[in-house]
Order: sequence, then C-alpha cells, then structure tokens
Amino acid sequence: MYLTKEEERALSGEYGAALQKAYEILVALGEVMDAERLVPIKSAQIAGVSYKNIGDAGLELLNDFASMGAKVKVLSTLNPAGMDLERWREMGIEEKFARKQLEIIQAFRRMGVRTTCTCTPYLIGNKPEFGSHVAWSESSAVAFANSILGARTNREGGISALAAAVAGKTPLMGFHLPENRAPKIEVQVKVVVDSVMKASLLGYVVGELSSGEVPLVKGRICASIECLKAFSAAAATSGGLALFHIEGVTAEALKRKKITTTHEERVQVDEEEMRQCLERLSARGEVDLVAIGCPHCTLEEILEMARALKGRRVRRDCRFWVFTSREVYSKAAEKGYVKIIEEAGGMVFSDTCMVVAPLDSLGINGVATNSAKAAHYVPSTIGAEAVLTETASCIEMALG
Amino acid sequence: MISMETIVLKGRGIVKGRAMGEALVSPKPISFYGDVDPESGVIVARDHPLKGASIAGKVLIFPRGRGSTVGSYIIYRLKKSGKAPAAIVNEETEPIIAAGCVVAEIPLVDRLDRSPIKAVSTGDLVEVDGYHGIVKVIRKEA
Repeated sequence: MYLTKEEERALSGEYGAALQKAYEILVALGEVMDAERLVPIKSAQIAGVSYKNIGDAGLELLNDFASMGAKVKVLSTLNPAGMDLERWREMGIEEKFARKQLEIIQAFRRMGVRTTCTCTPYLIGNKPEFGSHVAWSESSAVAFANSILGARTNREGGISALAAAVAGKTPLMGFHLPENRAPKIEVQVKVVVDSVMKASLLGYVVGELSSGEVPLVKGRICASIECLKAFSAAAATSGGLALFHIEGVTAEALKRKKITTTHEERVQVDEEEMRQCLERLSARGEVDLVAIGCPHCTLEEILEMARALKGRRVRRDCRFWVFTSREVYSKAAEKGYVKIIEEAGGMVFSDTCMVVAPLDSLGINGVATNSAKAAHYVPSTIGAEAVLTETASCIEMALG
Repeated sequence: MISMETIVLKGRGIVKGRAMGEALVSPKPISFYGDVDPESGVIVARDHPLKGASIAGKVLIFPRGRGSTVGSYIIYRLKKSGKAPAAIVNEETEPIIAAGCVVAEIPLVDRLDRSPIKAVSTGDLVEVDGYHGIVKVIRKEA
C-alpha cells in the first residue's frame, strides 16, 4: 500500500507509540484488503463499547491504548453501552458489570471520544455530508450513513474504527470507491410500506434477497427518518448490507437522474413474502417486556408513545422500556414526554438497548417490539421469544 | 526418520516479527470469539476438529478467520495472559485476525505459494518470518 512521507513517519513511531499502533492497524487492514492508499476521514463511529460484548479483553486493550496516549483526530462517537450509564440500577444491572462498563467509557473519554453511546450518531451531531469519507462501525448506522446520507464507509470493527479515529484516516477500499457503490440487483416491492414495523420487515426481506449485493429497491416505501433507520438496521442484520438504494428516496438515487442496476437480476417482494418473514421472526407467546428503540428512538417516536400512554397504565406483569440516545432523552424530558411515559409505568433509558444490555438474567419470556433487528437478536441475547408487531400494537400489549 | 528436505513456503507478511513453534493445523476457519477460551487458550468449540487443543505458544495454521470482530480483542487478551499463539499462518487472512495480530504483536503471514494446511502437519516445528512472509518447516513430525 502506498503511504505518504508523513504517514511513513507516523508508522515508524516518530509521532509516538499510540499513533504508530493506529497506523500499524490501518496498514495491515489495508494490505489484507488490497487498498491502494489511506484516505482522510471526517468522523468515526466506534463499536466495541458494551462490556457484555468486549469483556475484560476489550477493557484491557482500551485502557492500554489510552495509556499510550492515543487521542482521536476527528469527531468520534460511540456505540450503545451495556446499560444506561446513570440509571443502570433500575435496569437490574449488577454492580460489578456497571463498574467495568464505566471503566470502558472512561477509557474512551481519555482518548477524546464523545461518549454518546448510541446507534444513531446521525441524530445527535455526527451527520457526515454527501460524499464524505468516514469510518463507522455499528451495522445499522453504516447502512444509514452510506445509503440515506450518501457518505462513504465500510463496516468497521471496534478496533479498526478506533485506529481510524486516532489516525484520522482509513484504507481506501470497498464502499469508499464509487465503482463498488452501484446497485447490482433490483428489488421490486409490491406492497405498500407505510409504518416503521413494515419498513423494518421489508429491510429484513431485502437483506435476505440481496445475497450481499447492493440492491436498488423500487416501490412505495415510507421515507421518514424513522422508517429509513428501521429499514437500514434490518437489512444490515439479515443480509449484512452496508449500502442500498431506494428509488426517489436515498441519497445517491436522488443525486442521479436515472439509477439502474449493473446486473440483469430482478426479484420481487409481495404480501406473501412479507407474511412469511414475519412468521419466521415473530412468536405468539405471552409478552412481559415491550421494547421500543432499535435503532434508538427519535424525539417524534417518543412523542408518539407518550401520546398513546397518556393517562393509561402499563400492566404490573409487563415492562415497557424505551431506548434512545442521551441527547434525545434530554429533549424528551424537557418536553415532558418522559414524565408521561414513566407515569404510565414505562421507562425511558439512554445509552443502551435490548440487544446489548445483559438482560438475560431478568427472567424475561416474551419481548414485543416493532424492530425486525431486535426480533432477530432477542431470542439469543435475552433468551426470550420475540413478537414483532406495529408500534401501536406493542403499546396495547403492555397495557393489557 | 527426519526428512532432510526443508519445506519453505513464501507468501505475504502482514504483521512483522519472527517466531518458532510447534504447528497446530486446523482445516476449519476459527472464530476467536466463541471458539477459543480467552483465559486458557484452549479451543472449546464443540464441533471443531481441534477441540481441547491449546493454541498457546503454537504456530497456529488455519484457512481464515470468521465470526465476530470481538475476536480481535480475544487475541489481545490471550497475549496478555501468555496463552496466545507464537505466530498465525492463514491461507487468506481477514480484518478480524489482522487487527488482533497487530495489537497483540503476533507475526502473521498469508497467501503462501502452497497451502500451509496441506504442507504443514500438526506437531511440525515451524519458523515464521512476518517481515518477509516466509514459513519454514524446520522438522517434520515423524
């Protein structure tokens, strides 16, 4: 891989051990993936935050890296942690877990990372411009950044995103190159997709159908931020999609007069396809946790729940948990939405979600959600059955 | 009988460094997250052909990495607890193994001119040169 004189100096350790390590990581990854050179980035989104996920191995590495003097050069935000950093006791998190989790956050803070802990960095000020290069992890955010914003990123791991943040660069390869961003397979959607749950379910179906190729989706699909983030998360979950185009909706589809696929391949999604996917993801058992916020809720979604819950009461044998970023939480608290939800017996948590928090010890049996991504993960992460249904119906289930 | 012929494989050095050790050859890809116990360095995956074997101090040879990116952190953990392999040789390496080997400073070589899985057997004494991308079989297992 070609390196500038300046990069060579950083790699040789002239600017300190931490920067040297960051360059060693980026050069190794670049060589493995046959990148030509490095490219400067505008921001990073760093995974590997939940103690449940990275454990003592990750904590040790982050502490060591911070002690070497590593400092990020670009705006860097964090993935969700394994708990609400302030109200973890109310989630039933054990003290030992909490201590380790806070140590992880502290290590990131020492490196200059904004300890935001959200899967929706684009809602809280890390929103890269069209065409800009970034190094993001968190599969749903990667799909959103590439597709909806038209920024350019590969699916980074925690270590590669951190190294990129410290160096301010990433290997130029994959989705950083325009030729890899063209759609290859056309997906015609024959159903009307007019809710967050349906957008999420469609994303899951499209992810499966695309077999790793960039799809061009055509059809009547809700284009709200809420629908698009739900679609992004589900497509990344089922098919590992890092980029998709939706005619008339996504950034690059809007930029070009005509967007066409490079291959002849075409597939269709109809009612039957959607129904079958829903059946695979969704059980019909009893629900004792309603979890909304995968990906993290926008202010509008929290308002929607506050409206539905106002003056009503969540049944005693059911938890109603909403997950969002701390920034959105603050706004929702200011506007009184949090109070309404909590007066109805629900909880609004920040910094974490139902997928990364250690909720397996709470004895939860059935989780209702409007997110296909959450429905996909909940059986293995919480050990509970998932019920995938519309937001309004999730709320009704909690009220009983 | 010890063969007098030294087998030399040439490929690509991804992570620098030199190491010598007994080979442990896996015909199957390895996910360090899940397949390997981070405390003991023992392969614990139920369906893995090397189940029960320790990777500590070995030249670990396998086709490629797979699974979660948390695997990189596990490689680092193994190194800190003295249970890491001395070197890793892949047919074709990928980012999880590469990132893990850089942070743990474990020599890593891939894309050799012969399949290391066929040319090297478990128990052979092997030298790995991560600077030049060379794998040398010093002594074949009898």
